[in-house]
Amino acid sequence: MAKSGEHAGQPVSTVDRSVGRALGDYATQTFAVAAAEVQKLHHDPLELLTRAVQPVLWLMLFGEVMARVRGVAPGNIPYLDFLAAGILAQSALFVAIFYGISAIWERDLGVLQRYLVSPAPRSALVLGKALSAGVRALSQAMIVYALALLLGVGIDLHPLNILGVAVAIVLGSALFSTLSLIIACIVKTRERFMGIGQVLTMPIFFASNAIYPLSLMPAWLRVVSHVNPLTYEVDALRALMLTNGVSDYGLLLDFGVLSAATVVLTLIAARMYGRMGY
Amino acid sequence: MQTASSPPIHDIAVQASRLTRKFGDLTAVDQVTLTINQGEIFGLIGPNGAGKSTLIRMLTTLLPPTSGSATVAGYDIVSQPAEVRRHIAYVPQLLSADSALTGYENMLLSARLYGVPRRERAERITRALARMGLSDVAHHPAGHYSGGMIRRLEIAHSLLHRPTVLFLDEPTVGLDPGARETVWEHVLDLRDRFHRTMIVTSHHMDEIDEFCDRIALIDRGRIAAVGTASELKARVGPDATLDDVFIRLVAATSETESEGGYGEVRRARRAAREHS
Repeated sequence: MAKSGEHAGQPVSTVDRSVGRALGDYATQTFAVAAAEVQKLHHDPLELLTRAVQPVLWLMLFGEVMARVRGVAPGNIPYLDFLAAGILAQSALFVAIFYGISAIWERDLGVLQRYLVSPAPRSALVLGKALSAGVRALSQAMIVYALALLLGVGIDLHPLNILGVAVAIVLGSALFSTLSLIIACIVKTRERFMGIGQVLTMPIFFASNAIYPLSLMPAWLRVVSHVNPLTYEVDALRALMLTNGVSDYGLLLDFGVLSAATVVLTLIAARMYGRMGY
Repeated sequence: MQTASSPPIHDIAVQASRLTRKFGDLTAVDQVTLTINQGEIFGLIGPNGAGKSTLIRMLTTLLPPTSGSATVAGYDIVSQPAEVRRHIAYVPQLLSADSALTGYENMLLSARLYGVPRRERAERITRALARMGLSDVAHHPAGHYSGGMIRRLEIAHSLLHRPTVLFLDEPTVGLDPGARETVWEHVLDLRDRFHRTMIVTSHHMDEIDEFCDRIALIDRGRIAAVGTASELKARVGPDATLDDVFIRLVAATSETESEGGYGEVRRARRAAREHS
């Protein structure tokens, strides 16, 4: 029962090595949670197809009708192209915002307790969950890309653009899934969460540039949209995904906002996640 | 291990001192002072809602105490929770294995979370699954396992990082007699082979009587009695069983269910249903 624990045998001088090891452990623990998600998707790929229905409906019903309305999309971008980036962000948002449900589910089952009694830092678990949402959203993105190509949307297939889109989607999913996790930590039951999840997705989606430009909005809504991280995610996606896409705010600001919001939410969630086991 | 006569101080696995947890007005655990020795199989018994699970959740650092203190494996549960977690394993009353993953994938997740070195992972996982008799189903989804197999998978997790103290919250709830027997065989084997400490809750007095070195009876958050099975039985009468001890020493007033009762019954029932 040595008090000094398992690190007692290590030489004291190798501080750098132990810092490196701690970082390595942290990365492994984060990765472990996300890897489990990949394995689950691998076991049940049909789940992805069922989730693909909604973006299909948006693009083919809403998109085709709205494309006939002149002057919605700015400049020379066809509306369907404009919409495609918004729907890509939306499908990732919908996956992420209901992520808290699975956290509550895991809590009720006992899987959460198993995570929480492990020596993994809470923030590593939260980041792992966020990455899991990113993985799921990426698989959605592939479906939206395929569909958009079929519908003749001008998509830039340069590898760097695709990489940029992937990063934006993972960041956006991490952000909204962590927000979702924070809400789950507060409400603690699936029933309450369902109500709040619905209430949240509407304003996040409609008070953004996902399906129409901010220039069409009344002034007050434009202000709301400017503090909505989804606006920056869509802006980055539009610039990177479309052959003639441009960014309104600049990619630096877009990625800056998404990263900063993710870090802040992760720090908050890490403090709350442990209390879910109460 | 039959007699637990004042062990040397370094042989103490769990030391709780006036440990208390309140939920609003309800005092779920009330000033519990308890010493559990290294290598002991220690049984926690008591009615539903008596505070057994709350006590375990505090000792496993899932729940901070309202007051009092405790050390587990030599580490303080409040000031050194990460060290405590590194040295314990907890098999909760609920199912902790992820049913969407295979047994092997479940083990891999644990191995990574517990920092088992990459080179040793595959070997330790394979060995732990073999020891629990799960080699044949290692690559089947845990959702297809029987209740007894899931429990064994959960115990297999605790072989990966070699914890010194294991907490098993109703490991045999909802299992048929054969599966219960197998779970206990593995628990005893772990203790005998590796000198692990086991803290076990159960409502089956027969298995507590048969397998536990010492027992604490918890009633309304307090320890009503501690001792070996024979000591407890002797307190009640010459031919008493552990059932008699339970019924006699648990105050008649606990007929009026404590507030924790409903939730615990609901959870236990669900766990039982999912195990079967």
